Amino acid sequence: MEFETVGIFGIVIGVIARFWPVWLALGIILALSLRYKKMLGLYGHLFDTGVGIAGLMICLFWLFTAIFADVIAPFDPLQQVAILKNAVPGTVDPGSGLPFLFGGDRLARDVFSRMVFGSQIVLVIAPAATMFALMVGTTLGLPAGYYGGRIDNFLSFLANLVLAFPVILLFYLLVTPGIRETAIPQWLAGIFFIFPVIFFGTLFYTRFKSRPGLLAAQLAITALIGGWVYIGLVFNKDPLGIISIRPNELNIFVAVVFASSPGVFRIVRGLTMDIKTRDYVAAAQTRGENPWYIMLWEVLPNARGPLIVDACLRIGYTTILLGTLGYFGLGLAPESPDWGTGIKESSRLLRAYIHPALPPVFALMSFVLGLNLLADALREQSLKD
Amino acid sequence: MLSFILRRLGVMALTMLCLSLVVFFLINLEPNLKKLAISQLDMRSSAEDLESWLQRNGYRQNFFVRYGQWLGVMPKQPNIDPQTGVASPRFAYCREPAEARFSGVLQGDFGCSTKFKVPVAQRLVPALGATGILMFWVMAVMVPVSLLIGVLAGMREGSRTDRSLSIASITTTATPEYISGVIFTVVFASWLGWLNGSAASATNQGVTFYNFTLPVMTMAIYGIGYIARMTRASMVEVMTQQYIRTARLKGLGFSAVVVKHALRNALIAPFTVIMLQFPWLLTGVVIVEVMFRYQGFGFTLVEAAANNDIDLLLACSLVSVLVVLSTQLISDIGYALLNPRIRVQ
Repeated sequence: MEFETVGIFGIVIGVIARFWPVWLALGIILALSLRYKKMLGLYGHLFDTGVGIAGLMICLFWLFTAIFADVIAPFDPLQQVAILKNAVPGTVDPGSGLPFLFGGDRLARDVFSRMVFGSQIVLVIAPAATMFALMVGTTLGLPAGYYGGRIDNFLSFLANLVLAFPVILLFYLLVTPGIRETAIPQWLAGIFFIFPVIFFGTLFYTRFKSRPGLLAAQLAITALIGGWVYIGLVFNKDPLGIISIRPNELNIFVAVVFASSPGVFRIVRGLTMDIKTRDYVAAAQTRGENPWYIMLWEVLPNARGPLIVDACLRIGYTTILLGTLGYFGLGLAPESPDWGTGIKESSRLLRAYIHPALPPVFALMSFVLGLNLLADALREQSLKD
Repeated sequence: MLSFILRRLGVMALTMLCLSLVVFFLINLEPNLKKLAISQLDMRSSAEDLESWLQRNGYRQNFFVRYGQWLGVMPKQPNIDPQTGVASPRFAYCREPAEARFSGVLQGDFGCSTKFKVPVAQRLVPALGATGILMFWVMAVMVPVSLLIGVLAGMREGSRTDRSLSIASITTTATPEYISGVIFTVVFASWLGWLNGSAASATNQGVTFYNFTLPVMTMAIYGIGYIARMTRASMVEVMTQQYIRTARLKGLGFSAVVVKHALRNALIAPFTVIMLQFPWLLTGVVIVEVMFRYQGFGFTLVEAAANNDIDLLLACSLVSVLVVLSTQLISDIGYALLNPRIRVQ
């Protein structure tokens, strides 16, 4: 049976046209950023180098793709058009008249739409998990580096314990359907997700202790938002129904936070040990400041440069981890459109059809590359300061 | 130095004990035991059959007793037939003894693989050998290439060579094994047809250029970028040192300065980095061996995890944790030996 195709030229035009909301958003951001570059501090300095612009644009490209996925993707990621099984790129779907721009996969789904919707999964889990890992790592790393001694020994031992696990083994043990029947993911989530609340609570308390009115408001907001997210994520019982997480997603989320927190811990600990010898810390100690005030308001702000760079790299690494999970079919549903699962599905059939494999491969690679370039540009900027 | 090494070895043993306990706990969760029983009997077995199988093979004993048995500080019990009272070996295909005796990891007995129906050692040793060959070739490709790239990029900071090599290294660090594997297979196996997209034949017919290049390339490429960047950073730092300027000022050629004065000092930091790459390489081994169907350690680990093969998975974890910890130790000791400033302190 012969199908109508749109040809290579048609595919290129079609793909570019499909991404129109992304181009529009990128254009606006670029124009505004270049216009107000001087006022934007570190962010504005990113536009000084080609590497910085390229990294930022790639990251924003995938961010906007995730936001506008419904508009960009012509088909539903799970919709099967049986006659277009393994169709070559550009084959036109006779039903809707729209082309399968990157062809059809083994189960006759549109590869292009799956790639676009896959970005949503990656861009929600990877940055969120990295943020939680940062919170956990920072909250534990600061006292370990600042106090040293027994606390440091104990926490470092725990961190090294987790770091001694090869990541893949950790995932094979921690992300299984079996473990979801137990309460372990909930327990771990309950421990990890309390850290942001503690962090912000201490942050506000140490600074605004002397102004009870302001402090009460801040603590109330922290408790409210923190508690809301906590109930939504850990117990999956958000009263407003906005935050919800499926058990398998919670499992992945917890495992990723678990695997990357010790890395953050080590970096924060090292930075703290370095910074606590500086004069301004000694000055604060002489003033008789609370140790937690010194850690959170003197040490942490001065460690932000390396931490931002590390966060960027870490989001990329988490993306790679998510891909690994998808590649081994751990945690994510088999029909999930995420990039790792897509690579797993298509890499088995590489001898016959190569086109379903390439879009998720280049999507994942370009996103991680964008983050790495961004981190590189940020590092150069923070070295200049 | 000796006391340092002894202390580190002690911490290492403690870490391994803790980790094996954690792994033991996770593998022996109720759903996992059920999965094991189902895979050993069959899908249609009733709940009572599964329960009695678990009971009969000693999986219902106290958790710490079973951990002790695995470790070798508690005696392993044979199966006792409840009617006749006759003792029989637990797993006949592993030639387990028919009487109670101490036989655990400490005695060198890693137990019995329920998936492959052989003693764990018999399965794991050839797999480790196969992975050893893979690792050797990966290291043989990765280390020289990445050091060369790093030194070339770092000797003239900011030059065009430096920029392009740095971008290339960043790109490879954004390419995990499952990505580069797909790309290389598409280019070299599907499109050009030069290389074999599967290393299955390497397991029994021996390693050839045709079947082994793709796995080695795939694994090496992810590490190359990282090591090269570390080497570059270290090289850049060394090139700004006083003694390099002195060497230049006394009239030495640029290449002589790089080779004789800079290189040796610049290669200390990458040594640590290369050693600390091993945990990453272990993940890479798993991906590459599954992708190219090479029957090594990673392949065994995946099979063990997928079938909840308790003893095999425990042995795999022990091996990988040992690899990670000993490379950390070697990197610390090596760093101290290579860097005279630290040695004196």
